[in-house]
Amino acid sequence: MNGIHDMGGMQDMGPVRYEKGEPVFHAPWESRVLAMVLATFAWHKWNLDAFRHTREVLPPEDYLRLSYYEQWFLGLRDLLARRGLVATAELESGVPAPGTPKATPPLTADQIYPAALSTRIHAQRDLQVSARFRVGQQVRARNINPVGHTRLPRYARGRLGTIYRDHGVFVFPDTHAHFLGENPQHVYSVRFAARELWGAQASEKDCVYIDMWDNYLDPA
Amino acid sequence: MVITRRDFLTTAAASAGAAMTPELAHAQHEHEHQAVPSDPALRVKALESLLVEKGLVDRAALDALVDAYEHKIGPRNGARVVARAWVEPAYKARLLVDANDAMAEFGFISRQGDRILVVENTPTVHNLIVCTLCSCYPWAVLGLPPVWYKSAPYRSRAVIDPRGVLREFGLELGDEVQVRVWDSTAELRYMVLPERPAGTEGLSEEDLAALVTRDAMVGVAKVAFPPLKGNHERHS
Repeated sequence: MNGIHDMGGMQDMGPVRYEKGEPVFHAPWESRVLAMVLATFAWHKWNLDAFRHTREVLPPEDYLRLSYYEQWFLGLRDLLARRGLVATAELESGVPAPGTPKATPPLTADQIYPAALSTRIHAQRDLQVSARFRVGQQVRARNINPVGHTRLPRYARGRLGTIYRDHGVFVFPDTHAHFLGENPQHVYSVRFAARELWGAQASEKDCVYIDMWDNYLDPA
Repeated sequence: MVITRRDFLTTAAASAGAAMTPELAHAQHEHEHQAVPSDPALRVKALESLLVEKGLVDRAALDALVDAYEHKIGPRNGARVVARAWVEPAYKARLLVDANDAMAEFGFISRQGDRILVVENTPTVHNLIVCTLCSCYPWAVLGLPPVWYKSAPYRSRAVIDPRGVLREFGLELGDEVQVRVWDSTAELRYMVLPERPAGTEGLSEEDLAALVTRDAMVGVAKVAFPPLKGNHERHS
């Protein structure tokens, strides 16, 4: 969707505000939100694409106003209710509905160590899917404007690029985010000249590399 | 009359609301209703208690996750990788071809883990990492992203005006340098291999690692030697 989250190329957002000595979390509740989001993924009731989409559908003024972990908190509540792990009434009351059996958490403390956490996304698929493009080929990003989730940024649509690298086969976020299937396909790093994206104001030398799925591209 | 961005968005949101179906308008109202956290700490605590009581999460697992990202996973991981690449050309070659495989020997990355790609800075190429659509960042090697990386100013401008953004970070690049911006739109995570600063020939791998900052591995800074006084990063 052409939402506020799709920010690449927007102007007038102000200077980058750098915080010296920034802590990992700015309040303990932020760390609890992060942990709850990561731990509930273990139920496999949703996926990272669906979680991302919960932030994208926030009203734009909220998206800009809310802090990052406030957005995460709302997204988590939304998925818990929508995917049936928690009833809306339970979210409101804060207590489990009477008579509901207690579940067993799928993620336990002994499973949490750095190497295990480095495999949390699981989006790559070891499947033989033919690639529609080859390295070095000229491609044009499709001009699509879906109302749902997509990872094709607006600033690249319709633009001409070159396949720089084939990353292999990954789940397709546009369907995966809506629980409409993995639709696995090749993802490429596509190189766009800065001038192709932004015109003459950009440096002649510079370029932007965008990772793109087969379904985002046409041969040029 | 000066119309601020906020005025504009408020008006835009109001007209969007007017055009909505009752169902969508209701959904939006629900969001707005939720989006007024009176006290985030209390609301988060209430949700945690509910999830623990229902057996959906294990409180010890939550504690372990917080501990991991607060104390075990951070830019020191990436710095060790960079330092090794600086001292061992063969390691650097492996790192640029298959970063997961090369990083696995440090123990904080799984070979089969989420894919990491390392891009190398040279005297004529400068790489910059961004995620314009959300906040993708190489957690395994740099830890959780700082607020500025997730913020609208950085995400919006890194692709259209990378040199201007870098200038705000105090890094002025000459015309002979090509800027390559990597927009992390898929499930590949990028890390910059910064240039080794001159004058560090005699330093050990460990001492080199101590010089490498998070900012240099995102591409908004170079590695300085001797290190800058009051280096604005916390060396965790």
